Amino acid sequence: MEEKSAKTDWEPRIVGFVCNWCTYAGADLAGTSRLKYPPNVRLIRLPCTGAIDPLFIVKAFQSGADAVLVSGCHPNDCHYTSGNYHARRKLTVFKDLLEFTGLDPKRFWMSWISASEGQKFASFMEEIVTETKKLGPLKGYNN
Amino acid sequence: MANIGVFVCWCGSNIAQTVDVVAVAKAASEFKDVVYSVDYKYMCSSPGQNMMIDAIKQHNLDGVVIASCSPRMHESTFRSAAVLAGFNPYMVEMANLREHCSWVHDNREEATKKAIELVRMIVAKVARNAPLNKIYVPVTKRALVIGGGIAGIQAALDIANGGVEVIMVEKEPSIGGHMSQLDETFPTLDCSQCILTPRMVEVATHKNITLYAYSEVDSVEGFVGNFKVKIKRKAKCVIEELCTGCGLCTQKCPVGKKGEVMNEFEVGMAPRPAIYIPFPQAVPNIPVIDRENCTYFKTGKCGVCAKVCVAKAIDFNQKDEIVEEEVGAIIVATGYDLYPKDSYGEYGYGKFKDVISGLEFERMVSASGPTKGKVLRPSNGKPPKNVVFIKCVGSRDEKHGISYCSKICCMYTAKHAMLLHHKCPGAKAYIFYMDIRATGKGYEEFVKRAMEEEGAVYIRGRVSRIYKRKDHLVVVGADTLTGKPVEVEADLVVLATAIIAKDGADKLAQILKISYDTHNFYNEAHPKLRPVETNTAGIFLAGCCQAPKDIPDSVSQGSAAASKALALFSKKELEREPLISRVNEEFCVGCLACQPVCPYNAIEEKEIRDRKGNLIKKVAHINEGLCMGCGACAVTCRSGCIILEGFTNNQIFEQINTFENLISKFEPTPEETVAKK
Ligand SMILES: Cc1cc2nc3c(=O)[nH]c(=O)nc-3n(C[C@H](O)[C@H](O)[C@H](O)COP(=O)(O)OP(=O)(O)OC[C@H]3O[C@@H](n4cnc5c(N)ncnc54)[C@H](O)[C@@H]3O)c2cc1C
Ligand code: SF4
Ligand code: SF4
Ligand code: FES
Repeated sequence: MEEKSAKTDWEPRIVGFVCNWCTYAGADLAGTSRLKYPPNVRLIRLPCTGAIDPLFIVKAFQSGADAVLVSGCHPNDCHYTSGNYHARRKLTVFKDLLEFTGLDPKRFWMSWISASEGQKFASFMEEIVTETKKLGPLKGYNN
Repeated sequence: MANIGVFVCWCGSNIAQTVDVVAVAKAASEFKDVVYSVDYKYMCSSPGQNMMIDAIKQHNLDGVVIASCSPRMHESTFRSAAVLAGFNPYMVEMANLREHCSWVHDNREEATKKAIELVRMIVAKVARNAPLNKIYVPVTKRALVIGGGIAGIQAALDIANGGVEVIMVEKEPSIGGHMSQLDETFPTLDCSQCILTPRMVEVATHKNITLYAYSEVDSVEGFVGNFKVKIKRKAKCVIEELCTGCGLCTQKCPVGKKGEVMNEFEVGMAPRPAIYIPFPQAVPNIPVIDRENCTYFKTGKCGVCAKVCVAKAIDFNQKDEIVEEEVGAIIVATGYDLYPKDSYGEYGYGKFKDVISGLEFERMVSASGPTKGKVLRPSNGKPPKNVVFIKCVGSRDEKHGISYCSKICCMYTAKHAMLLHHKCPGAKAYIFYMDIRATGKGYEEFVKRAMEEEGAVYIRGRVSRIYKRKDHLVVVGADTLTGKPVEVEADLVVLATAIIAKDGADKLAQILKISYDTHNFYNEAHPKLRPVETNTAGIFLAGCCQAPKDIPDSVSQGSAAASKALALFSKKELEREPLISRVNEEFCVGCLACQPVCPYNAIEEKEIRDRKGNLIKKVAHINEGLCMGCGACAVTCRSGCIILEGFTNNQIFEQINTFENLISKFEPTPEETVAKK
């Protein structure tokens, strides 16, 4: 019962780690194109997805994120040529580890969104918010 | 304890319409470390910037957060303004309230809450920022040009004329590249040699240019402004200082008389001796001994060249030699190759003597070529009547060949049709084509001329096969415009074979540490905005090594690459952004796990020694001239001893920490207050 009433005014908190050159710019384009998406996401800008330490993601969940996303340039398009490959390899393994620690892997998202894909960025935010709402708040990760 | 100032921008109504900016500024004033907070209509305007500058001084700020548009838009604006105030620009950060908030949300309350959180995140980050200083690296004012085709020649001359020394390395015995093999050139039909040769001579005689012909780049170390290059000078077995270029040796050499060694310059259509100058106008005009085919090197006997050389310039004992040069910039202009002969079985290239490539046709029509400018059938030495030209051989053919368009074949085939009609009266040109791409200045007119004035017969369709009927070649294809099969009885077939990357292009790329595409063409840093730069600072591209192109485009790129190099040389020192990674040497264990992840090879091993010179330990060292600040190494380091300036773990963790408390409410600003502002 308590669970349900909490759910009604609950909004998921989503943290995104994105690279400066593609996805951050893609999010900018969503803005300049005046596309609309839910306001649940907070982006943290890094130079490249290769600079995303898995600990950032753990920390985000600990600090109350209900879902975390990582997004950068498409394979082959990384501004630093190979950062997204490092990220892909590392974070794929990391995702399995998250699952092992008891976290639903559906709360961790990875995607490639280029600077010209404003629409894809907006739709992606929409999708994450919808899916995370289905999962409900993340509980017990911090304690 | 930080003193942070927050400046919330209305952006006219762009932000203020959806975000309660006054409430954001008010909420921000209560954040930890914030000592000053204000909202303003246009922060990027000159009064807005002055407001920031004044506040920095008045409130003794040591951190600034501009909450306005995307940092990709105005970060540099505000950082430059900060410099005017004598403030460290890297203590200024931006919260993106426009692109990431007001423009993408409708609900004012939700958007305002988000805006407050975005500002809080950036405030938390700035509290952990450290002042950074621009990095300056010295620049060696000398350039290396690799490849002496027209693109490399243009680049070398432009740089040398700009007063900077140039080292040119050319693999072959002579510079000139493919252009020196061409006869007349589209779209003006001017003679290739006549316009090229003077430039080649200028390279050889220019006081600022050192030419290493018959040489290759062996290794490259260092970074922008500071490259150390090892060049392998292959033994010519001819002492350059003594040789007068009389050419007597090349006439007396017994090799090649029976056609056992063919001249690469003549595309294998004429023999050459073992000691040779590839073509009469070669620069430098000094022969080389092809040691593989020289009788002296094979059997120890002969030495005819040494006997006839009056200048005593022949030296069989010469060895390959490595020279070292220091340069500040490198221009790669290594050109292209043509699609190999035997790849097109159905066209009988390599099987039928009368099927030749476009480049062979060029040599044939050239007055200095193997047939002295006459178009003759290789099978019987007689002039042809019907000549079929086939375009897109290998190009635009994903199944058998390559996916891309070679760009120049449409034009040179039209040229070949004209040259055929000029040089072989009575002959007729038939051209099989898929499309005609004639997009340059005067190009469309040129093709029209070939069709209308010169009467070349254009047939739209692919050729399916070529077979021999008696003395002729029957070319079978389909005319896709009429839908009917066509057959042409030809005496000569000329294939416009695809342009492909230079053999060994990948190896050179690995030496230079530049990237290349799936076809081995070199990658430009940005396909539109940085067409002649590579991703490696200080290395530039020109000509066909980047992609197929014609002479005008190759020359333009040569000049463009030269201007990039000259811009680099115009400063005493190179200024670089300090947002790069650094190693904490105290904690580094020297595992060098970071080294292979760096795309720019910026990480080297460094030895730490005590005063007596005893080795204490080895650590990783990041070269500030090379690091681009991608941060891959910082994540890889297991001991956590690499920090990426501007995006340190401390900064990012502080940003994440702010999520622990939600902004649940804020005080909406009454309409009247807003209206008054
Ligand atoms: C049949 C035919 C006809 C053509 N007709 C025309 C025409 O009429 N008009 C026109 O505008 N264009 C024409 N072109 C295109 C023209 O040839 C090219 O645009 C031009 O030659 C490109 O110059 P480049 O300097 O980039 O390359 P290249 O001419 O290939 O020169 C590259 C140079 O680099 C050297 N090199 C290669 N690798 C190394 C290395 N590792 N180290 C050192 N040196 C190296 C090579 O030996 C060569 O000297 C034609 C091409 C063909 C095939
Ligand atoms: S990974 Fe870390 S510890 Fe290992 S060498 Fe590099 S900086 Fe030093
Ligand atoms: S930040 Fe990137 S470019 Fe710089 S040293 Fe590390 S891996 Fe190399
Ligand atoms: S810069 Fe976008 S993923 Fe590397």
